[in-house]
Amino acid sequence: MAQRFPSLDDGLHDSVVPPTGCPLLATPVPAGFPSPAADYIEEHLTLDEHLVEHREATFFVRVTGRSMTGFGINHGDLLVVDRSKTPTSSSIVVAVVDGHFTVKQLHFLPNGKLLRGSGDEENGQRDLFVSPEQDFTVWGVVLWSIHRV
Amino acid sequence: MSFALVDGNNFYVSCERVFNPQLEGRPVVVLSNNDGCAVARSNEVKALGVKMGTPWFQIQDLAKKHRIVALSSNYALYADMSNRMMSVLGQYAPEQEVYSIDECFLGLTGFGHYDLAAYGQTIRQHVQQWIGIPVCVGFAATKTLAKLANHCAKKSLAGQNGVCDLNALSDGARSQLFSQLPIEEIWGIGAQLSRQLRERGIATVEALRTADPKPLRRTFSVNMERTIAELNGESCLSLEEVAPAKQQIMSSRSFGTYLYELPELEQAVASYMANAAEKLRHQASLAGLVHVFVRTNPFRSDAPQYQKSLSIPLPSPSADTRRLTAVALWGLKRIYRPGFAYQKAGVMLGNLSQIGIKQFTLFEKRQDRPALMQAMDRINAVWGRGTLKLGAEGVQQDWKMKRGMMSPRYTTCWSELPVALAN
Repeated sequence: MAQRFPSLDDGLHDSVVPPTGCPLLATPVPAGFPSPAADYIEEHLTLDEHLVEHREATFFVRVTGRSMTGFGINHGDLLVVDRSKTPTSSSIVVAVVDGHFTVKQLHFLPNGKLLRGSGDEENGQRDLFVSPEQDFTVWGVVLWSIHRV
Repeated sequence: MSFALVDGNNFYVSCERVFNPQLEGRPVVVLSNNDGCAVARSNEVKALGVKMGTPWFQIQDLAKKHRIVALSSNYALYADMSNRMMSVLGQYAPEQEVYSIDECFLGLTGFGHYDLAAYGQTIRQHVQQWIGIPVCVGFAATKTLAKLANHCAKKSLAGQNGVCDLNALSDGARSQLFSQLPIEEIWGIGAQLSRQLRERGIATVEALRTADPKPLRRTFSVNMERTIAELNGESCLSLEEVAPAKQQIMSSRSFGTYLYELPELEQAVASYMANAAEKLRHQASLAGLVHVFVRTNPFRSDAPQYQKSLSIPLPSPSADTRRLTAVALWGLKRIYRPGFAYQKAGVMLGNLSQIGIKQFTLFEKRQDRPALMQAMDRINAVWGRGTLKLGAEGVQQDWKMKRGMMSPRYTTCWSELPVALAN
């Protein structure tokens, strides 16, 4: 996330030194005309404001494994996880199972909870049923999965 | 007006547990710089009798026996989690004073007859859910009492479920509670003061609260009188919204290995000075005094001991890393003696003045280059600490502190994020 500082190698050089050879100011001089766009200028878009709702409660988590590809969550993806959200049935969550973080779809059943991947029995997909007495916590709700194409 | 004191339980350990749930319920200790001593202990470790600040080498056998997990301090993580926590807590009151990495005061003006106990529970749940850190909340009429209230909340001496509102107790119940609290628990009463007070027969919080402040003010200081007033519900200490500029800036560390030669020490001192000078510029101050020290390891009874320091006043105040470093290295040359195993060195900047109030000497050439320093600070802020530094700091820094058991920087480093399994 580092910024690049402009240097003379950026190709700016040619535009900074005019044919007469007098050096110009390195900093841009604001245009003297009133821009018709001035009243309509809006903020530059950033992904942060788009992806993150509760800054203090948002964490990034890496995914390993392929059991959630049906939900658009692939191996190596980056998850944006919000701990402030209350999960509902069929939320995608990061949960703690046996002391490890796991990403699954959560279902509420009358007698407990179910954690599902997106695969099926044929592909070795196993649902994980969690009874009320078992040690289980939802760590956070997954809002976004960021995938590099 | 009420105050609240909110603090994280076993903060460093709690931060580690958020990202490593396997640590829940296990005895965990977090070690200081260089894996030196215990700076945070989980309740399980406290129960084993390990005191704060115990050197790691003294705990190692106990650790093996009870399978205590030891972790090096992960300051990047703790600082980030602290920022999140303070941001959430700041929403609960019109005024907030962040007192330390894991504690803050809240100024509850206008809360009148609010049910503070319930408010405290809301705060606890909010922080627990959003950030995963368990906290305790103490409410009282003064900052000193709020600190005591927090202690009571934490130890379940009063209040419930990690929240204690001292205002809700009757006078009698409060006196009863204070009679059971030792004097050392009072904010501002350290080991020395409590020893002196005990000699005068004052051993409990209640005893100090009901003591006559006048003779104590004569013997001790006006701070003692203020503390007594605060214990009686009279607020003398207000919230400090912004931390006051430091009057001295220290920068020192113990080394990862013993250093013997001057060039290595010069690298270390140059590095500490870069750090101190950055802090100096951050608070827009100039330093009029440079203090440098070195010492051997005082715990090694078999090795020869040496410690020396030197204070060097500057002809004119400076905030330029190059000039301050040159002065520090000049001083280092004068205090260095060969043949010793140096364990620690440091620098201190004193006689601080604000930029703008600078007196020039008759012969001074303007050697400071504030624009250069500013550029350096900005580049280091974007690219990372130490991106630009003086050559004197050295490139391969073998003396840097060991943090062998550090957990990943889960929230501040893209390559060290927590991992969730999808399988």
